[in-house]
Amino acid sequence: MGLLSDPNRRRALISLLTRLNTPICLVCYMAGVAWFMGLAFEPFTLRTYMSENAMGSTMVEERFPAGERALATGREFAAHKKKVGGMPVDWLVKTMQARGLEVFTQSFSRTLPFPDENKERYMVKGTNVYGILRAPRAPRTEALVLSAPCSPGDNNQAVGLLLGLAQYFRNQIYWAKDIIFLVNEHDLIGMQAWLEGYHHTNTTGMDWSPLQGRGGSIQAALSLELSSDVITSLDLVLEGLNGQLPNLDLANLFYAFCQKIGVLCTIQGKLQRNDWDSVSGYSHAVQTMMLMVMKQASGRPWGDHGLFLRYHIEAATIKGINSFRQYKTDATTIGRLLEGMYRKLNNLLERLHQSYFFYLMPSLSHFVSIGYYMPAFGLLTVILLLRALDLWVQLATPPTRTEDGVADIEQSSPGVLSVLTPLVISHLTGVALYTLPIRFQEMAVEHFPVSETEAVVLTAIAVYTAGLALPHNTHRFLSGEGTEQGWRVLKLVAVLYLAVLLGCTALINFSLGFILALTLVPVAAFVTPHIPKVLSAFILVILSPACTLLFSVFFFQELQEMPVSFQDGWLLYLSVISQGILDHFLYGSLVYPLIALLVYPCWLLFWNILFWK
Amino acid sequence: MAAPLTLLLLVAVTIRAALFRSSLSELIAERVEVVSPLTAWKRVIEGLALLDLGVSPYSGDVFHETPLIIYLFHFVVDYAEITFMLADVITAVALYLAVKDYNKQVFRKQKFALEADRYPLDCLELIRSPKEMYYIPLKVAMFYLLNPFTILSCVAKSTCGLNNAVIALFILSTIKGNVLLSAIFLSLATYQSIYPLTLCAPALLYLMQRQYIPVNFRRASFWWFIVQYAFMYLGSLFVIICLSFFLLGSWDYLPSVYGFILSVPDLTPNIGLFWYFFAEMFEHFRLFFLCVFQINVFFYTIPLSIKLKEHPVFLIFMQLAVISIFKSYPTVGDIALYLAFLPVWSHLHRFLRNIFLVSCVLLACSALFPVLWHLWIYAGSANSNFYYAITLLFNVAQILLVSDYFYAFLRREHHLTYGLYLKRKDGSEATLVLK
Repeated sequence: MGLLSDPNRRRALISLLTRLNTPICLVCYMAGVAWFMGLAFEPFTLRTYMSENAMGSTMVEERFPAGERALATGREFAAHKKKVGGMPVDWLVKTMQARGLEVFTQSFSRTLPFPDENKERYMVKGTNVYGILRAPRAPRTEALVLSAPCSPGDNNQAVGLLLGLAQYFRNQIYWAKDIIFLVNEHDLIGMQAWLEGYHHTNTTGMDWSPLQGRGGSIQAALSLELSSDVITSLDLVLEGLNGQLPNLDLANLFYAFCQKIGVLCTIQGKLQRNDWDSVSGYSHAVQTMMLMVMKQASGRPWGDHGLFLRYHIEAATIKGINSFRQYKTDATTIGRLLEGMYRKLNNLLERLHQSYFFYLMPSLSHFVSIGYYMPAFGLLTVILLLRALDLWVQLATPPTRTEDGVADIEQSSPGVLSVLTPLVISHLTGVALYTLPIRFQEMAVEHFPVSETEAVVLTAIAVYTAGLALPHNTHRFLSGEGTEQGWRVLKLVAVLYLAVLLGCTALINFSLGFILALTLVPVAAFVTPHIPKVLSAFILVILSPACTLLFSVFFFQELQEMPVSFQDGWLLYLSVISQGILDHFLYGSLVYPLIALLVYPCWLLFWNILFWK
Repeated sequence: MAAPLTLLLLVAVTIRAALFRSSLSELIAERVEVVSPLTAWKRVIEGLALLDLGVSPYSGDVFHETPLIIYLFHFVVDYAEITFMLADVITAVALYLAVKDYNKQVFRKQKFALEADRYPLDCLELIRSPKEMYYIPLKVAMFYLLNPFTILSCVAKSTCGLNNAVIALFILSTIKGNVLLSAIFLSLATYQSIYPLTLCAPALLYLMQRQYIPVNFRRASFWWFIVQYAFMYLGSLFVIICLSFFLLGSWDYLPSVYGFILSVPDLTPNIGLFWYFFAEMFEHFRLFFLCVFQINVFFYTIPLSIKLKEHPVFLIFMQLAVISIFKSYPTVGDIALYLAFLPVWSHLHRFLRNIFLVSCVLLACSALFPVLWHLWIYAGSANSNFYYAITLLFNVAQILLVSDYFYAFLRREHHLTYGLYLKRKDGSEATLVLK
């Protein structure tokens, strides 16, 4: 504690930090960004390796032969699906029973808070069908899940392969865990109903019939999406609800089998490249990592596996991609790959826990662990703490004596009220942003020529913009309160608030925390009432959460190599907002309430400081 | 001053009542930071159910509150919410009255000292004015009632609120100089959770100071007063313990309450230091470290009473802080009690050194507790080490806070005797260094 208790050294340190505050902040910001960009550089990353012993050393032999028959089943399924015009429940039950599974169905229904225009659904009714293959070798206390969504478009091959694997697995004797083959309707909504039914929880107020049959506790799950008979590569999707990721060993397992069987595998749709030392190789890795960051930050499940993670179940989605490459893989090979993965998972003695849960992947064979990426975020947060320290010193010592602590303070110190009022008002605005869009959709539809979805999104944007006008009025209520001390205190509170908020966000969802820090930290650092109003107001709006989202939409499209025009980008932006709100009400994603109730009010505080009179 | 206090009480009760009605109350009642195995309302309900069935409430390993509490709730279980709000109100009012009285005495003492010219001349800016002291009692009540920690604790119906009320009444009766009531409330507090036992040192010092009995081991009057107080204290403790025995008809509660507090069998995570340490420890070291950890709570009484024998109320504050940091099942309600005293020492602000750092850390930790809990228990991606790291940081910050106040208090006293602007022997300006 020498540094903290010796007044001379304390004073030296504090004066250094306050004198060089701005340069240090600038250096920290650039160092943070540079550190983050450096993460994608291959020599700085770690190679993935299998940590779980039970899956690492044992050899398995894959013998799945019946790819062609699986595809035939898939075609049959497609025919029945077309005939019924939805999920062919009876056919599926019969087929699964014929393959020797215990088959159960679960029906569910859900009315969305407002119509989902992307998937064109409002009142959703559906049925999940699942068959359980009971473990012959062990007490049935644990289970694995293989699921395939039954979507209106394709994905018939996935269901066919699932049924083919069920038939093949049924004849093997080495299973020590129940294997549940699940065909879920209405993708995530069906998955949500099934998982809630399986675990006896109801977090989102959905109606579903209770499950009649149940396996043991689920250890791992894979969701399969195939839409053509042959594929060129397999894509692994990891990002789940609220940016949660499965244990890295699951990705390792997938990668190991792709290597062994010789299937091209990608992550974020990007192939691995070996030329890390060239500029294009590096930018490829950056693109892959940035795609992961953007997807994680969105907080939505990017595949049907996303909801499993909430229940402590390691899960991933495997997508078959058919592009115009020469190299083709048939269904038998994919079946063998899945067989291998399930046999290894079958060997697990305990839940996957050995490897990392917090990571970013610049390629499938390399990863960045939490210890490497947190400093990038830390450097950004340090800026906030430095600014707070600076403000504290300014507040505590008006120019008087310098003896440690001994200095007279009393000016008219600002009332609690002048800080509390903006805080309360901006939070009430946040609450309005959170509640009004859903509440007022009916009224908006009556009075304006818009659809429900548009009404919700436009109300949200309207409330957001209206919030900008509010803070001007806050200190008219307390005339004469707008002192120099007043805004400093308010800024101190706001800066600390932002630091804690970003810290907590980054722990749960690093990507979201980092993106928010990237835009909000400069705002927090530079804003004072004494800078040119118009220019800084413009910058503040540009760096506000809503604009961050807008840029992210364009940036994401750019990364996916599907650039859009401004018009399309705007439409996409509106649909992203509606999807975000839907994700919150359907699956309990936290991004929308976080932005509306905490981040936006915090940003409003800085807006308020800018217009402090 | 009655009007603002009434307004404050109304606001506080409204907030609590609103939270009781909201869906948050169930969530809060489950938080490990707010309820401990000792104070959880769920366990009280369980104890009541057992009692109604005619089984001893201590027969399972669920209920660990004292018999008086369970008999209290036997009668008022339907009005539990009101009881807890009332407890908070009593605590706040008791602290308000106590601090008001204390400030009056401080001011009187300062006046005598000024008249006797006991302060050096350059210390005038350290002298406290009645104007700044006027709002302190109200601030104390506000710090207690509007502290989020207290509100959480009350909404969770943690019995910690009742313990706080007893301790506050003890402080009030001590400061008012009522020896008998002070002893009774102290014994009640001790009966509730053992640790307030250490508060008898400041109580004795204060009461003796008030009755002009010198603290001198060779004086008969000193020993006579201690014997009197001890007799009243032990007598009422004896009565309470026997009363519990007769209510329950067995001594079951002794091991189940006090054994539970002292031997720490329940290692549910909380904001204290015990759980992780004892979860990791080899079994054969357990007894030794148990003794070390428990003695730690009581040990600081001796040096602190020697150092602060002239300032027993500050000693009470220090003791409350030490108890709430080092006790075996701390909750945020315990912290709220000693935080309520901070406005009383607002004149020390200029001497505080780490208050900015400490308050940042305390704020950040309070926000990180639920986040890391979520990551550990629900997401499964973090583990207990993350949570314990935050616990550790939280406690270090609390210790820094308390020691900072301690330092500032001593420093002000030092300046009051030797002058504010100290000179070295060669005439240059000197600085005080704590080593």
